[in-house]
Amino acid sequence: MNDRYEINVNLAQMLKGGVIMDVVNAEQAKIAQEAGAVAVMALERVPADIRKEGGVARMSDPALIEEIKNAVTIPVMAKARIGHFVEAQILEALEIDYIDESEVLTMADDENHINKHLFKIPFVCGARDLGEACRRIQEGAAMIRTKGEAGTGDVIEAVRHMRTMNREIAELCGLTDNEVYTFCKNHGISVELAFKIRELKRLPVVNFAAGGIATPADAALMMQLGCDGVFVGSGIFKSGNPAKRARAIVMAAAHYNDPKLLAEVSKNLGEPMVGINCDDLSKDARLAKRGI
Amino acid sequence: MTEKTIGVLALQGGYREHGAHLRDCGIEPVYVTRPEELDQCAGLIIPGGESSCLRRLLRGFEVDTAIVNAVKQDGMHVWGTCAGAILCADSVVGEEPCLGLIECEIERNIFGSQLSSFYEEVSIPGICETKERLVYIRAPGIRRIWGKTRSILTSHDVITAAENDQVLVTSFHPELSETRAFHFYFIAKCGLASHDARPHEWTRTAWMERG
Repeated sequence: MNDRYEINVNLAQMLKGGVIMDVVNAEQAKIAQEAGAVAVMALERVPADIRKEGGVARMSDPALIEEIKNAVTIPVMAKARIGHFVEAQILEALEIDYIDESEVLTMADDENHINKHLFKIPFVCGARDLGEACRRIQEGAAMIRTKGEAGTGDVIEAVRHMRTMNREIAELCGLTDNEVYTFCKNHGISVELAFKIRELKRLPVVNFAAGGIATPADAALMMQLGCDGVFVGSGIFKSGNPAKRARAIVMAAAHYNDPKLLAEVSKNLGEPMVGINCDDLSKDARLAKRGI
Repeated sequence: MTEKTIGVLALQGGYREHGAHLRDCGIEPVYVTRPEELDQCAGLIIPGGESSCLRRLLRGFEVDTAIVNAVKQDGMHVWGTCAGAILCADSVVGEEPCLGLIECEIERNIFGSQLSSFYEEVSIPGICETKERLVYIRAPGIRRIWGKTRSILTSHDVITAAENDQVLVTSFHPELSETRAFHFYFIAKCGLASHDARPHEWTRTAWMERG
């Protein structure tokens, strides 16, 4: 493991217990920072709008990313398309803090993810299960998040993905040395990483929840399921009172085991984002199946 | 009354990493999220994380006021690492200070973005006699000190560690590398005893096992 990778994993460790918020301009970025976000994701359109408007979703305009970077002191992340290593090169040249190689954007390569070992900048990647998480780590991701189903405001997919990872890790932990090899074959992961996960009883990098989180209760649910922190995409700035909701979700992520506090911060937040029921989505409309 | 120990502010950021290092020094840490938990603390570590987030969370249960009172009235010691150092400073470039516990002016992200994060190997007389690795993550730096503040370490022409009698601030993260020198130093500064309780070789995932 090289020093650069270690330092990139270290930054993710410092984000633990925090909330990373999608923002589309400098004004929203300032609201997010003031509310207590640990980082912002700079985007042209939040996932709910990408879903609604359709077409090809690409990396955001570098001018917009720079505008957002100049507006805040917290880390700035931005999304590159899966497999689009040149978008990643451009984001690295902008000197942002983290790249999200994201299924929310249209895929640029349906076979290969970015070889993240070739970059100095850290990457976070989405995963639906242990196999996807391990493959992204093997490609050089310094942080993992659940894919969930972005832009829906429906937490069910994030829950499924986190439960799946937990179940598969528990299964791995129950195996003898001799059985680990077949587990690796079945899940498409490396033996070395599998032994490491079995020893740690968790992923060896920070693992956040993402995709459909819209309320303080959603954030606390994902934390209680074992996530290290939370991404909130459309859930904040598509709601009636973004600043108040953002502050409430920050409190909920920090005090996720305190139902009295959760009740308090959940009061009078105004309209949540409208939301789409994930089970009503056609197979083609699901973003999580991109890049496995 | 139970014996006092070291607390780690556990609202956001790298508190488990500090917890693991303290256990390796023979100290059972208390994770602090509420004012009353400070009663058990001879010293409090404010970890790295995002200072703007920690600042908001500290206000939540008035933990910020409780920390200042514990320092000024009960003689509690404080060590702020990275974001924690920003929260401790009397002056922060471009914004209002938070706890105001040590006479210095600090500037956030003084070295630049994540691409400029780095580590260095240094020895510091009285703290670590042999060279130890220190990790800087989007680190702040101390622009100037005054009054009773003493500089401990300078890196790239910026002060990266300083202290007064009660408060220690470091731009870097000793909890993210193998070194326990700063933890031993802070435990002694708080008047507590420590010993080597590290079960085996340190790895960066130690916080997942021992935190």
